[in-house]
Amino acid sequence: MPNRETKLHLLLIAPVAICFTAFFLIPLGKLFLIGGSGEFGWMAYTAVFTERRYVESMITTVLLSLLVTLVTLVISGIAGVFLARNQFAGHSVLTAMLTLPLAFPGVVIGFMIIMLGGRQGLFPALTEWVSGERVVFAYSLVGLFVGYIYFSIPRTILTVMAAAEKLDPRLEEAARSLGARPLQVVAHVVVPALYPALLAAGAICFATAMGAFGTAFTLATKINVLPMVIYTEFTMQANIAMAAALSFVLGLITWLALGLARSLTGNSVAAAA
Amino acid sequence: MKRSIHFRWLLVFTLCVSMFLVLPVVMSIMAGLTKNYFVGLSSGLTLDWVIKVWSEYHRSIVLSVGIALACLMCTLLLGIPAAYVLFKRSNAWTRTAEELLMMPVALPGIATALALITMYGAVGEFRSHWSFILVGHVLFTLPFMVRSVLAVMHSIELNILEEGARSLGASFRQRFFQVVLPNCAPGILAGSLMVLTLSMGEFNMTLLLHTPFTQTLPVGLADAYASLRIEVASAYTVIFFFILIPLLVAMQASKRLTQSKTN
Amino acid sequence: MPTNAPNESRNSGAHISLRQCSKSYRANRVLQPLDLDIRAGETLVLLGPSGCGKTTTLRIIAGLDTPDAGGAVLFDGQNVTAVPIERRNVGMVFQSYALFPNMNVGDNVKYGLRVRGYAPAEAHSRAQQMLAMMRIEELASRRIDQLSGGQRQRVALARALAPQPRVLLLDEPLAALDARLRDTLRVEIDRLLRSLGITAIYVTHDQSEAMALGDRIAVMEKGVVAQIGTPEDIYFRPSNAFVSDFVGTMNTILHNGARYLFRPEDIELVDRSSAQFSGTVVQRQFLGDHVQLAIAIDGNQEQRPVTARADSRTAPPLNASVGLTLRPSH
Repeated sequence: MPNRETKLHLLLIAPVAICFTAFFLIPLGKLFLIGGSGEFGWMAYTAVFTERRYVESMITTVLLSLLVTLVTLVISGIAGVFLARNQFAGHSVLTAMLTLPLAFPGVVIGFMIIMLGGRQGLFPALTEWVSGERVVFAYSLVGLFVGYIYFSIPRTILTVMAAAEKLDPRLEEAARSLGARPLQVVAHVVVPALYPALLAAGAICFATAMGAFGTAFTLATKINVLPMVIYTEFTMQANIAMAAALSFVLGLITWLALGLARSLTGNSVAAAA
Repeated sequence: MKRSIHFRWLLVFTLCVSMFLVLPVVMSIMAGLTKNYFVGLSSGLTLDWVIKVWSEYHRSIVLSVGIALACLMCTLLLGIPAAYVLFKRSNAWTRTAEELLMMPVALPGIATALALITMYGAVGEFRSHWSFILVGHVLFTLPFMVRSVLAVMHSIELNILEEGARSLGASFRQRFFQVVLPNCAPGILAGSLMVLTLSMGEFNMTLLLHTPFTQTLPVGLADAYASLRIEVASAYTVIFFFILIPLLVAMQASKRLTQSKTN
Repeated sequence: MPTNAPNESRNSGAHISLRQCSKSYRANRVLQPLDLDIRAGETLVLLGPSGCGKTTTLRIIAGLDTPDAGGAVLFDGQNVTAVPIERRNVGMVFQSYALFPNMNVGDNVKYGLRVRGYAPAEAHSRAQQMLAMMRIEELASRRIDQLSGGQRQRVALARALAPQPRVLLLDEPLAALDARLRDTLRVEIDRLLRSLGITAIYVTHDQSEAMALGDRIAVMEKGVVAQIGTPEDIYFRPSNAFVSDFVGTMNTILHNGARYLFRPEDIELVDRSSAQFSGTVVQRQFLGDHVQLAIAIDGNQEQRPVTARADSRTAPPLNASVGLTLRPSH
């Protein structure tokens, strides 16, 4: 029977259902239709795999995101396990410093990279002092790469630390009692135990790098990553159909990556830049 | 592992990583407070840049704080009842609903913004009002509130607490306000801080949703980064940090609080 | 001990009847249509392994679950099937206590009075009375997370009893406690139930708890009540093999075409010459207050060895030949 409790639950969920439908599902449906109404028709949804300039951008974005994920995992894996395993004076300060940029928005990350590698940045000043030549990296793919790493490290370190703290130290002791050397312990015990957490953190890392926009926007509008292409299509070319189609494809990729992360951890998934 | 050569190398490595993260923050704060960044600290400290930014951009800053608070209100009113129902009724429908609610996070912000513009962009009053931005922010932050509250509901076994309250004669209204809400407080707090932080910093959607009259803080930041001298951009960043960093610190503290409580 | 047991709640328990109550989740029927009568003031124990339907039965009586269509729950002849738990005036004690972490001990005990609109002073004195009855007055201002498991269960009992329910429902209340504490609390619950005269339904999978507390026991198996009766009925006159096995060890001997069923304590070890049966000790476990023996009966090879108890000091050694006689049955 549709009892009182069911009615109550329907009443409680109704506001969200109405708002979400009116402001998200229906607009998104309309956008999907618009995506198929441009010069390519419904082929717009496959254009990202067939049209040269989109293919190039897609390859650039995917490769960049994969590289960012890999480098972030290595850096955060080492630092995270180190912090989880060792107590020393200043430990909490160091942890706080490493997690400070958590949830900095993309534009601010972009500015941080300008501070490091921009025309008046730290790195060019250093290289000038060492070799007499100013090496400016901020306004290019390298800058974007550094920016995404900057963004991804805090969250990944937190994930790794949480997983490493749950890891039973007796497993490592057992491995050592069986004669394993430190590197073997890491390879045979620590990394396999952290594997789900690393994979989940990596998936989030990848998804955010794919969809991030603010950093690229701040560094330079000519960086050819997919979110920038979508923005340009919309604002410069006024090609809403193509922008819509590309966003759906990009959304599908990030959604799959985040879904993978969630199925691995059952945890809430972090913000996009 | 023993305090060995490994420890020292790993400590140096970790310190380098933390420098990489913190140095630009410190540099931008310095730049925002020095008279002339090229000359360096020797040119003297000043609040001129901060004041200049405030006088030029205070409307953006106030607007962002207002939108963030409004967004918090909306996510509280929509998100807590939603989390409650999703918790009470775990079935294929509610799992689908949960998945759908996550979509605005997975989808690039640009896509959500485009969808809103194509649907409601022609409604002039709405398009040029700050509530247009608010809608985007609520869509984007709602899942964080829902998930945060849901996680606490599961960890405190809310079902059994509620059955306890019912067995003592409490009506829905009584147990919702006297048992459910107080015991979900840690999750509501964590979710609220997350919502405020994300709304304050949201740029991807807002860049497309805003109008010249509804420029938010991050949009103003991007504007300053692109067109103004580095001291002004830095001073603007300082103001942003001044709002954001306390939120981030509170967020970490509340996380530790809930962890120590559930353990 | 339950001193100060409030007089007004004495003998005010409700008579509970279940009529054709069944429960299905999708195609899975976890409770077969059940008729059950629990007399006013009686303590009925629902005993059985996990998944036997005992908790479902309790939740139907509580009003947390509704029976499938056609079933009815009656309190004192009044049909309460559609009445939700918050309006059935039942007290409930949960295995995991379900104490509210946002309230201290006193506020937890007062909660049922508060939602009924009692004046604060009245609620306070009533709560004090309850805490005194459970001998935990000194805990009134403690936070829940500062209590031990045993203290929590006392608070849970005090809280459930404070609004003077007509029925007390206990869902494995001792299962989360360690053995020693379980014994202490079992004795206290027993005295409490007897002094209050409340109708109580107690769910457990522990047969000694069931024996100690129940006026009657309903042994359940696969959604059906296999037997209902006094503890003595259940123990000495089990209606089937499931019941006899669940409430203790039952031995079987087939001898000269006759079938003997008996409990370990019904065996007397005697001299072989005057014995009813003879056998060999094949297993011997010293347990302190007694020795448990497994004896293979001669000419009874296809049956399991019988389990017997012997005095710790005089028990025969392993591989000894022994004589057995059965005590006359009850």
